Amino acid sequence: MTTDRTLRGKAAVVGVAETEYYKWGRSPDPEFKLAIAAVLGACANAGIDPADVDGFSSYSNDRSDASRLSAALGCKQLSFASMQWGGGGGGGSGAVANAAAAIATGQAECVVVFRALAQGQFGRFGQGPRSRMVSGTAAHTLPYGLMSAAHSFAMKVNRFMHDHGVKQEALRAISLASYAHAQQNPRAVMHGRPLDEAAYDASRWIVEPFHLFDCCQENDGAAAMVLVSAERAKDFDHNPCYVLAAVSGSQHRAGAPVHNTPEYASSGFTTVAPRLYRMAQLGPSDVDVLQSYENFTGGVMMSIVEHGFCSAEEVNDFLTLENLSAPSGTLPLNTSGGNLAECYMHGLGLNIEAVRQIWGESTCQVPNAEVAMVGSGPMVTPVSSCIFGSEATL
Amino acid sequence: MSMTPYLRPGLAKPAPSRDGLDTAFWEGLQQEKLLLQRCNGCNRWQWGPEWVCHRCHSFDLRYEETAAEGIIYSHERIWHPVHPALAEQGPYVVVLVELPHADGVRIVGNLVGDPHQPLVIGAAVHAVFEHHLDDDPVHTLLQWAVS
Repeated sequence: MTTDRTLRGKAAVVGVAETEYYKWGRSPDPEFKLAIAAVLGACANAGIDPADVDGFSSYSNDRSDASRLSAALGCKQLSFASMQWGGGGGGGSGAVANAAAAIATGQAECVVVFRALAQGQFGRFGQGPRSRMVSGTAAHTLPYGLMSAAHSFAMKVNRFMHDHGVKQEALRAISLASYAHAQQNPRAVMHGRPLDEAAYDASRWIVEPFHLFDCCQENDGAAAMVLVSAERAKDFDHNPCYVLAAVSGSQHRAGAPVHNTPEYASSGFTTVAPRLYRMAQLGPSDVDVLQSYENFTGGVMMSIVEHGFCSAEEVNDFLTLENLSAPSGTLPLNTSGGNLAECYMHGLGLNIEAVRQIWGESTCQVPNAEVAMVGSGPMVTPVSSCIFGSEATL
Repeated sequence: MSMTPYLRPGLAKPAPSRDGLDTAFWEGLQQEKLLLQRCNGCNRWQWGPEWVCHRCHSFDLRYEETAAEGIIYSHERIWHPVHPALAEQGPYVVVLVELPHADGVRIVGNLVGDPHQPLVIGAAVHAVFEHHLDDDPVHTLLQWAVS
């Protein structure tokens, strides 16, 4: 038995916060100030003195340096500083895993997981590089006009849709669910901008099979969550939201250059999801609500399959707006509006929304949600997933 | 067979990696040859380029010519320009080509011809060498046409 080698129930989220979310370039504040504001907000939400934060965990080469944050906030000490390697938004739940692991192993007492982005200040994710020359791996794709995230992933999705007969309507349902949920969420950038089938169908192609509304936004803002040990979590105002499992990784040679990964038509979770469920001691039927990272809807579709919510052959029947809608759908999905319609905070907003579901504080609350899952950054490597649970799930 | 450039000028031009890992590949294209890595340890093909064979861990890899023909493994028709050079391009097609003569490794290029043509996974394609021999750096792009 390896029961001691687990994160299950060892750490809990006791506070979350986000700054105001902006369309890219609209933030009045620079990125580091946004990061500070989110951390302070999460500490206030937890009811903890920011000086007692002794760890920071982020991902995707976050520019807001942990030591600078610790100094700026007057933290008594810095015990843990971690950056999940690579993978863009694939590190969202990995950063939670790293924070929980630090707490579980006694490396730190109070770790903040955060992400800050000011694409107006530092450049947009959705644009191609402007260099005159390129060498290395990018030289084998960029001169052919394959130069954005959408370009890197559309061929995976096209192959998956071809192999399994997936229709465009399945992707559309994912987009419509996010936009529908965002209409209930005043924080959402797309609040007040509903989307219907006709508007989706009429929207322009970015790259087939992604319409405009299959693609995440580009945003400015910051988000943060405070984690402490399970024992200590009972002392805070919120009911503890426990980390039941958090894992990251990728398949055999997922990073093989120039689109040579063997398991090509994949979101990257085929080895991660089984480890996630094993650690959580749960299965897909136990999940009450899912937050699944939408860089592009096709990645969500494959993530749902690879986390076992339906088979590839069931996608057309399973991925419907009705099934994906809170409060009563079979699998309420991206209940804050997610990356498509709340904010693209590199997916950390999805983790926060999962916590709010466990707390009963979502703007699209799923009744009696006890188990909330997050899948972070499909189609990159490494990806990551986590499962949060209420006290009753321990 | 050479061809006029598929995409409008202004995108980043490929140069061999400074560490020399893919120099033979780019030089081969200028000679209208598709040279890819093959392992002297286990004789298997490998792409993209790497310093070690992922199967047998031999560092002894050579560049060898393979047939410049394959099948479409996947494809995408790109509409939204994410680079100023492509602002007036209109839609264009990128294909991921599987090379059955080289252990099924894959390579990326454009599918020449009508950008609105049907895109068929499994369709046979052959190479078209797009030379930029007066350019700086001199380079040749490997493009594909339906056979």
